[in-house]
Amino acid sequence: MSETDLASTQPPENPGRRRLLTWTTGVVGAVGAGLAIWPFAASWKPSAKARLVGAPVEVNIGNLEPGQIMRVVWRGQTIGIMRRSERMINDLPTLNEKLADPQSEVASQQPQYAQNVHRSIKPEYLVANIHCTHLGCIPQVLPEVEAQPFDAEWRGGFFCPCHRSRFDLAGRVYNGVPAQLNLVIPPYHFIDDNTVMIGVGPEAEGAA
Amino acid sequence: MLASGFSLAAGGGEGLEHANINVHDKASLQRGAAMYVNYCLGCHSMQYLRYNRLVEDIGLSEAQVEEFLLSGDQEIGDPMLSAMNADEAEEWFGIAPPDLSLTARSRGPDWIYTYLKEFYLTEDGWNNTVLPNASMPHVLWELQGIQRPITESHTDAEGVEHVEIVDLELDQEGKLSPEEYSDHIRDLVAFMEYAAEPAVLKREKIGIWVLLFLVVFTFLAWLLYQEFWKDIKK
Amino acid sequence: MAKPASNLSKNVQAFGAWVNERMPVGQVWREHLTEYYAPKNFNLWYFFGSLAILVLVNQLETGIFLTMFYTPHADMAFSSVEYIMRDVEWGWLIRYMHSTGASFFFIVVYLHMFRALLYGSYRKPRELIWILGVFILLVLMAEAFMGYVLPWGQMSYWGAQVIISLFGAIPEVGDILVEWIRGDYMISNATLNRFFALHVVALPLALLALVVLHLVALHEVGSNNPDGVEIKKHKDEKGRPLDGIPFHPYYTVKDLFGAGVFLILFAFVLFYAPEFGGLFLEPDNFVPADPLVTPQHIVPVWYFTPFYAMLRAVPDKLFGVMVMGAAIFVLFFLPWLDRSKVRSIRYKGWPSKVMLALFVVGFIRLGMLALGDGTPIQTIESRIWTFYYFAFFALMPFVTKFEKTKPEPERVTK
Repeated sequence: MSETDLASTQPPENPGRRRLLTWTTGVVGAVGAGLAIWPFAASWKPSAKARLVGAPVEVNIGNLEPGQIMRVVWRGQTIGIMRRSERMINDLPTLNEKLADPQSEVASQQPQYAQNVHRSIKPEYLVANIHCTHLGCIPQVLPEVEAQPFDAEWRGGFFCPCHRSRFDLAGRVYNGVPAQLNLVIPPYHFIDDNTVMIGVGPEAEGAA
Repeated sequence: MLASGFSLAAGGGEGLEHANINVHDKASLQRGAAMYVNYCLGCHSMQYLRYNRLVEDIGLSEAQVEEFLLSGDQEIGDPMLSAMNADEAEEWFGIAPPDLSLTARSRGPDWIYTYLKEFYLTEDGWNNTVLPNASMPHVLWELQGIQRPITESHTDAEGVEHVEIVDLELDQEGKLSPEEYSDHIRDLVAFMEYAAEPAVLKREKIGIWVLLFLVVFTFLAWLLYQEFWKDIKK
Repeated sequence: MAKPASNLSKNVQAFGAWVNERMPVGQVWREHLTEYYAPKNFNLWYFFGSLAILVLVNQLETGIFLTMFYTPHADMAFSSVEYIMRDVEWGWLIRYMHSTGASFFFIVVYLHMFRALLYGSYRKPRELIWILGVFILLVLMAEAFMGYVLPWGQMSYWGAQVIISLFGAIPEVGDILVEWIRGDYMISNATLNRFFALHVVALPLALLALVVLHLVALHEVGSNNPDGVEIKKHKDEKGRPLDGIPFHPYYTVKDLFGAGVFLILFAFVLFYAPEFGGLFLEPDNFVPADPLVTPQHIVPVWYFTPFYAMLRAVPDKLFGVMVMGAAIFVLFFLPWLDRSKVRSIRYKGWPSKVMLALFVVGFIRLGMLALGDGTPIQTIESRIWTFYYFAFFALMPFVTKFEKTKPEPERVTK
């Protein structure tokens, strides 16, 4: 404050008090400004309407034939529900060596009740978010055992056209592809044999 | 028909009774919500209010909303829509019953409160001093009873007879006493006031903290201003 | 510990020097804050300039966020505002900050202009500051009007209908002009969309540019003060005005305190009376726009009411519109209408004082009369005040020239 030597102004009597007040006001003002930013940042969160669209969805799976997959949308994500055939279920343990995470050890990719070889509550049904864990494309479903350009010994699974990532029919990622993580298993539970509720796990409902 | 000049409580804000509502009284809002669903929602939607908002705001549980408020195949995330078909409604009433989401803001709570107390029955059917000749029947008559108009007629300079309603009297008692009836519609109006601006609950609660903070900040700024201006004021 | 700290401050200084070689940050800081000398006798009236900037920032910030959630379509605009009020987290706060801010903007700007009238801040050499200020008022009015249309309620719709129809009063081209502004044969989605574009992009840019010019012009000639005397006449040996003090820190801390008081009032209205009895948010605007039904009481928002009263006072469409336009237009000439030897009302004669007081009363009365029912007595009163509004300006050259003034002091007084 070199200007305080003006004819009309004089140096501060008590510089300590002045410094203290400057800092206190500055800090309180900064806290206020910080708090004021919060509503603006929070307004970007999904709105009540969006959260409602993100509510759990009930799906009837009664018409699903073995080997068939159906798609539903939950929170804007495509969820595949596949009814695996006997052959497909039996194949799963045999693929372990080709996979990056055969035991589904990365906890973020599935709820605990789906951390098993078939990555599901019932071995027959796969319920998975089928967006590729690399960059979010939706893989093609190639369920049959047939030689593919990318794998002569293909046992059926998901193949992502974007960057050639591959997953087996439990959504487990193969070794040596761009994706590193298994497909995400969303929380879900069975309301009855023919109805699955996506978005809420079994423990939340007190069932199973 | 006689040329009628209804003056009581008609038009403007004059003559309206004060509704005296408290939107922070959750019990009142809950009673009001139940009343709205039972008596009003049959015809009047509240398209901007969803049932699940009642769980967040007025202290009802999800189970209570599902049991007492939802009807038919409605889900808890649905807006409060009337089951009435708009075309049919227009046929019955000549006009589709308006959506009431924002009526407490466009008309004011006092207007609704007074309106619901000012129905009367004549040989032509239901009418209302606040909104004359509207097509809405008195849905709450079983609660309030039946009011009849007390009229005075006078002839003007040109010899035309005017009939004026000076008061309403209770002709047939309802299930509720007049005081109880007022309390009931007070709850209903409180609910409508809340429904018109659900943010009112949060707004009036956090406002006081914002003001307190600003007072502290302004006091500090004043001290700082005084401190610096010591240089100059001598 | 002392060593690293001094290293840090050395680095900070070096960075500052690096920037200053490339951009005149330090120079701007000095010229406009620490070495901008403002008269030391500013009073209450001098808060409103910085407060106007505060409200402008508030409007820009909340406006940007509202734009993220609002849908500019005739079918969805109304419900998107309710979406903001109900579903967007804190959306109601952002919306009320914007709607309350609009009204406070006009309060602050009207008081700021009144300050100029009081102390002759428009007089030579500050004519351009005043003229830029009147342009700011004009742009602000357009901005406020178009913003009011966006919620697409009944008042939005019919307000737009009435205001746009005013252009129809212009002979020959009127009807074509009205159709061109609307982009349709009635107020419609086309109108809403162009108003949206102007409200969120074009007019804010114009407003910002004008505010910058207003400040550039102000800092060139320096601030006036309640005594209306030039502080640059008396300088110390270093060329600094004896009655001036550096804007920073003295007026920054003072304005900070002023901002605090202002924010308390602002927050009180925002949290406890956002509709302000139907003046800031009109009840009829909670009814969606209905081209088939005009609301019973159709009046503009309070800040337009004085001018609206002038329009209503004149029993002729074209002449009414001209009177209303002239009420703003005449402000441009104010710097040359005041012929007084002194600037400040403190040293002007009693005729000037009485006339200014009446002018304020008249302006407020006009605003109130516009909200009335338009009874014959109210119409007569509106006409009297409208007449006086113009008489104030028309008589100013004579009154200020011939009235007896007190001598101005050499230096500012306390």
